[in-house]
Amino acid sequence: MTYEGWIIVTGVLVGASCSIIGVLLVLRQMAMISDAISHTVILGLVSAFLLTSTLDSFTMLIGAAVAGLLTTIVIQLLQNSGVQPDAAIGVTFTAFFALGVFLISRYAGNVHLDVNHALMGDIAFVPFQTVSVFGVSMPQAFLFVSVVLFLNVILAVLFYKEWKVSTFDPGLAVALGVPVAFLHYLLMTMTSVTAVSSFDSVGAVLVVAFMIVPAASAYLWTRSFPYMFVLSIFISAASCFSGYYAAKWLNVSISGSMAVMTGVFFLISFLFAGEDGIVTRVLRQKRKQRMQWNAASAAASQPERDRLNG
Amino acid sequence: MSDALDVQNITVAYQESTVLENAAFSVPQGKLVGIVGPNGAGKSTLLKAVLDLVPKLHGRAVFFGDELKKVRSSIGYVPQRGEVDWDFPTNALDVVTMGRYGHVGLFRRPRKQDREVAFQSLKELGMEDYAKRQIRQLSGGQQQRVFLARAMAQDASLYIMDEPFAGIDAKTERAIIELMQKWKQQNKTIIVVHHDLQTAREYFDWMILLNKQVVAQGPTEEVFTKEKLQQAYGGQLAFLQSAASEETGGLS
Repeated sequence: MTYEGWIIVTGVLVGASCSIIGVLLVLRQMAMISDAISHTVILGLVSAFLLTSTLDSFTMLIGAAVAGLLTTIVIQLLQNSGVQPDAAIGVTFTAFFALGVFLISRYAGNVHLDVNHALMGDIAFVPFQTVSVFGVSMPQAFLFVSVVLFLNVILAVLFYKEWKVSTFDPGLAVALGVPVAFLHYLLMTMTSVTAVSSFDSVGAVLVVAFMIVPAASAYLWTRSFPYMFVLSIFISAASCFSGYYAAKWLNVSISGSMAVMTGVFFLISFLFAGEDGIVTRVLRQKRKQRMQWNAASAAASQPERDRLNG
Repeated sequence: MSDALDVQNITVAYQESTVLENAAFSVPQGKLVGIVGPNGAGKSTLLKAVLDLVPKLHGRAVFFGDELKKVRSSIGYVPQRGEVDWDFPTNALDVVTMGRYGHVGLFRRPRKQDREVAFQSLKELGMEDYAKRQIRQLSGGQQQRVFLARAMAQDASLYIMDEPFAGIDAKTERAIIELMQKWKQQNKTIIVVHHDLQTAREYFDWMILLNKQVVAQGPTEEVFTKEKLQQAYGGQLAFLQSAASEETGGLS
């Protein structure tokens, strides 16, 4: 595949992977947790590296998963002991992230683990670092993202109705015997793993854009749970395509441009989507007013006609 | 025949303030039970503690002589309407189908037959025309009927409901009470948290008066007396009483 092709395909897979997680996070009103997790996994990565001295993907995944879970648990603990919910998120993730940055600069300054890269990623370099699987050469990031996407799809499908009921009505879910707490931590683990798999391509900051923005846009268009996933994946794919060519045209960061495009799609959704879109609402109101005006003038002319007929 | 529900000394506290203190009572099968008490008496918390939705400091609940784990599928829970997100992207039929999840089992999809049961339940509550309607477009009463239909689709032998009559229209209230009466005739047990004293006596044949502790329990005519209500409501009763006496001609 061409250089261009690998970048776009990797972007689309990152988008799909993030969309699955994002829909669940958005519906559970946990969008900001993904922001926290995507930052704290850096602490997980550097800790895993310091403990094992390797940088292979599997070790990184474990490190990220542990850090992500730890983040959610600490946030939960703080919230339960009376800290404001959003302050608990803010305190936890900045502390963990800062510790991660500290450890990188102190102990891991000379390896491929720099803060800039982890934060911003660089999808432009994705095609250069290849691995060979069954004799086929492919970018390492592509392989990594594919595996995680596959996991996400499996888990989303396997627990489909459990995700649905525990998101909509946790009380009923518990009463039905659905393992609500397990699903919560599973989602947090999936968020961490997805974040770290997307690091090479989009980085910690922009991965949040891919998790939240397409899902939030899809929410405005559809009133169906399954379509929300489909639409979210579609919007993030469209953002990757348009983002890539916009970047090429304007000579800017590709991942940045892709993330900007998710914002553009959100804006379009916000203005036009369904019954709630601002523009749609204004148009509808105009139409209604015109109809009322017509009706009013018709009613006003009624006595006139009566008089003539009578 | 073992009791439908046997609550043994349940205590619940949120951050050091006790919400429930050694609540103990039992409910025989086939009764329509009202849990009545003033605001903050711990009525909803009691239901949640019984169903393991909030942690208990101590005490336990026994269902049909068994622990909760073993009888989950025969217990239908109807949370307060305000406790769920009605903006969730789904339709009425889908919500009712959730009631079947306990029967469907892990990793499986609801079958056609489950959807059929769900639709019939909606129909029973006069909501069949709204099956494909987005849940957020439903009125409060319609949402409550969807919840009731979901409980019905669950086909439980014990129903536990949190304020099903709060903020609904008269038509829905009638539909709900009719459904409860029907369940009772099928020897199902229904436990309802209720705050309206005026209708309580008419609706329920068994009553539990609660104010952090169980003040009284038993057949409605034995529990619904002036002294016992006074004990549960304290000073608030004077107001309630004057309102009630206009309707029913006094409480005792």
